[in-house]
Amino acid sequence: MNILKFVLPLIASLVFMSPAMAKVETHDFASEQIEKDYNQLVAELRCLVCQNQNLADSNAELAQDMRAKVYKMLNEGSSKDDIVDYMVVRYGDFVMYRPPVKSSTFLLWFGPLIFFIVAAMVVVSYIRNQRGNREPVVDQQQQKKAHSLLDDEER
Amino acid sequence: MGRYSILIGFFILIGVFAVVLDRMGKGEYNPRNIPTEFIGKTAPEINVPDLYNESEIVRSKDMLGKVWLFNVWGTWCPECWREHKYLLELQQEGITIIGLNWRDEAAEAKAMLTRLGNPFAKIGFDPNSNVAMDWGVYGAPETFLINAEGIVVEKHAGGLTPAVWQQKFQKHFNSL
Amino acid sequence: MIPEIGHFALILALCLAVIQGVIPLVGAQKRYSSWIEVAFPAALGQTLFITISFICLTYAFMVDDFSVGYTARQSNTELPMMYKISAVWGGHEGSLLLWTWFLALWSAAVVLFSKTMPLVMRGRVVAVMGLVSVGFLLFTLLTSNPFDRIFPVPLEGRSLNPLLQDIGLIIHPPMLYMGYVGFSVAFAFAIAAMLGGRLDSAWARWSRPWTNIAWVFLTIGIALGSWWAYYELGWGGWWFWDPVENASFLPWLVGTALIHSLAATEKRGTFKAWTVLLAVFTFSLSLLGTFLVRSGVLTSVHAFANDPERGIFILIFLGVVVGCSLALYTWRAPQIRSAVKLNMLSREGGLLMNNILLVITAASVLLGTLYPLVLDALGAGKISVGPPYFNALFVPLTIPIAMLVGVAALARWKQDSVERLGKKLMVPFVISVLLGTLLPVTLLDEVKWGAVVASILAIWITLTSLQGVIDRVSGKQDKWQALRNTPRGFYGMSFAHFGIAVFVMGITLTTLYSTEKDIRLVKGESYSIGDYTFVFHGVQSVEGPNYKASEGRFTAQYKDEVIAELNSQKRLYNAGGMPMTEAGIDAGFWRDLYVSLGEPLNNQGAWSVRIYHKPFIRWIWLGAVIMALGGLLAATDRRYRQAVKSAQQEQAAMAGAA
Repeated sequence: MNILKFVLPLIASLVFMSPAMAKVETHDFASEQIEKDYNQLVAELRCLVCQNQNLADSNAELAQDMRAKVYKMLNEGSSKDDIVDYMVVRYGDFVMYRPPVKSSTFLLWFGPLIFFIVAAMVVVSYIRNQRGNREPVVDQQQQKKAHSLLDDEER
Repeated sequence: MGRYSILIGFFILIGVFAVVLDRMGKGEYNPRNIPTEFIGKTAPEINVPDLYNESEIVRSKDMLGKVWLFNVWGTWCPECWREHKYLLELQQEGITIIGLNWRDEAAEAKAMLTRLGNPFAKIGFDPNSNVAMDWGVYGAPETFLINAEGIVVEKHAGGLTPAVWQQKFQKHFNSL
Repeated sequence: MIPEIGHFALILALCLAVIQGVIPLVGAQKRYSSWIEVAFPAALGQTLFITISFICLTYAFMVDDFSVGYTARQSNTELPMMYKISAVWGGHEGSLLLWTWFLALWSAAVVLFSKTMPLVMRGRVVAVMGLVSVGFLLFTLLTSNPFDRIFPVPLEGRSLNPLLQDIGLIIHPPMLYMGYVGFSVAFAFAIAAMLGGRLDSAWARWSRPWTNIAWVFLTIGIALGSWWAYYELGWGGWWFWDPVENASFLPWLVGTALIHSLAATEKRGTFKAWTVLLAVFTFSLSLLGTFLVRSGVLTSVHAFANDPERGIFILIFLGVVVGCSLALYTWRAPQIRSAVKLNMLSREGGLLMNNILLVITAASVLLGTLYPLVLDALGAGKISVGPPYFNALFVPLTIPIAMLVGVAALARWKQDSVERLGKKLMVPFVISVLLGTLLPVTLLDEVKWGAVVASILAIWITLTSLQGVIDRVSGKQDKWQALRNTPRGFYGMSFAHFGIAVFVMGITLTTLYSTEKDIRLVKGESYSIGDYTFVFHGVQSVEGPNYKASEGRFTAQYKDEVIAELNSQKRLYNAGGMPMTEAGIDAGFWRDLYVSLGEPLNNQGAWSVRIYHKPFIRWIWLGAVIMALGGLLAATDRRYRQAVKSAQQEQAAMAGAA
């Protein structure tokens, strides 16, 4: 606990600028495709000094510089993958909002499928094990009482 | 069978969270800290003009054969002002520090060094974060330790203090 | 003095909560009806004291009492009064008090509106809520006391983040918390049923309206959050899959599964064990959300800045509450298990599949939210999981859910046949495929397959809902009478499902067809997006109550006809900080026009401006509102409000039984 009180202020003292408004920067895009690529990249790359924002939404100075870098690289002919790789080499997988598919993220990407299979297995076994169940026997009086309780006109 | 698995699964989840909180408490895990990609790798190039002499280019290559610190700072960063004194001490002990003046006004940077003293052998001037990005820098101050072969052996994000030096950097100096 | 009264009131509330929680449960076990009845005045008393406490805290804010640390951190003298009051829940301690207050209010509501419920059940429900209150009150008093004084007393408070100085803060958290907390009622019902060892349709009937209302609040709360982010943050986004947003979405997904499961349990007595489990999970997810947001383990703009010490408390609380509930479930499941045969080709079967999909969606969202955290804490790497991941899994999961909505609503209870169902669904199917393909192809300039899929699904849902209404009147002599006799719950269902259709259209079309441009304009210049033209009339200086701003004035034209005036401000608040942008929005049913003033580019009046055309974006929140309306209709169905004579007989029987 004491160490935390020591470390956190140190980290916090790294100047993190994280206001919420994106600076409006105007760019001249050489083509519509480049504009699309730019918008997609700045949406999928993470602002490193912010509390969970992408490059597009951040006003932080580092984010501005990273956006400028993306723009520059696109105009020089780099592909989207090149630019993402460039950022990942320097900042790690953290900088991508689309997590990579590797052994450490196997569970992440295939988890939903696993959930689906497990759910299917549970349902199938539930239906199979229903042999013990029977139809409820409801006599006239109980039915009348049920109707008046529920006041339901269905069926 | 199925009902027990839910209970067990839940307690595993709680266990995981407990481990997370414990690590946070000990300072081993900090969600805001981004580890560096360069430990064990060749130090990135710097390749920008010196703050004091535009015609001189500061290069990592020139530092081969020497052990050196790479310190990223700016006049806008309060912690940089605080660690400055210790950087001067390190320089007195004979440690070479190359500085990177990041996203700053050259005049203000020079004024700060005139006022507080200059611990840096050379200072790269990086107003556009090009060098900062190449080194994976995301805040200031940050300090890297590079060995004589040009490999990054340690990095610290935050102000450099005697305690941090002891814990993180001292051991590398002893073995280098 | 007043803050001390508030503090003391909380302590009294805690004592009452302990009484409310413990004594009735013992009494229910031993069948001492006088002990059970202690629950009700205890709950009302607890509510009274927490209300007093909340009023005291609000008072401290209203009079700018900065000797109270929390007030100094959240408010300042220049804030307009309504923001001073809403600042009460702007930070961790105050929002926690809001949570606790709402929990007490819901308990009081259960006391007041369930008088016809059997005593033992009623007592247990209120007692369980009391135990939850104990946890929250302890948490507040021990780690997050809003009434802590500070010394020296600052002359001025730190002020409320300008982003929060908005009507959104006034309504979004209260609505959201009403939802989160409301599911504690469903939870308490589930626990009460498990403690009693029996679960019948009557239990489901009692539980449904409370669950539906909680769901309504949560739906509105989430929609408000999305809408608020849209117009406040200035970048036109309305959902980011941020961990805190996900923390609110998870209980919503599972809560939706719960309300459907409850329907099946009430009507057919099926899914009893699963309904109970869903009720436990929904509230557990509320608590988990509380943990994630307040412990500091997650990085988010919405998260409260907190230390792990508070996290440990919440984690223990979460572990105890959910752990005991699941242990109770493990023990009692055999006894409450349904003995009714389930046929997959029936409405129950459809509901089951729907619930499975909803739960898988929730599990996947939870996985994506927690994965980076766990991976990093275990030292296995640092990754980010954001919109690309969540959208990739959410869209494929929503499509089968949307398809099922139509099928399940028309399927017969108990047993249906392929022929009958097929015949009923054939017409809506054909029409929705035809119309769903035709409309986008003819009306849109650029046809994207996503728009076609969304149209087909939306029309499918609408038609099948309509088919349900038609079925109600077909073959009847007096159509109007038949409609009048239809239970409100049915209309609720139809409305809510229709809301989904609207919601799906809104999301798909706005995601696929929005246009965003960042451009450079000087005074007098204009820019066109499609048939819309935006004319820039320059920037003027204006002053607000606690800020100074540059205001950019625009007019929007549609085919050369002026249709709206849009003003966007760049504000600098007196209390300091970064400049905040207020966007100028012309909201419309079919589209939003959105202008955001950027930065001055030179000294001759050129500014960078962001302009949006966002088609169908209002449909997102409209869909949510329609869904909520449907839920409200369902919750206020006549059969829940009738005092039934036989219920009193039941009450006597149960109180007498051993």
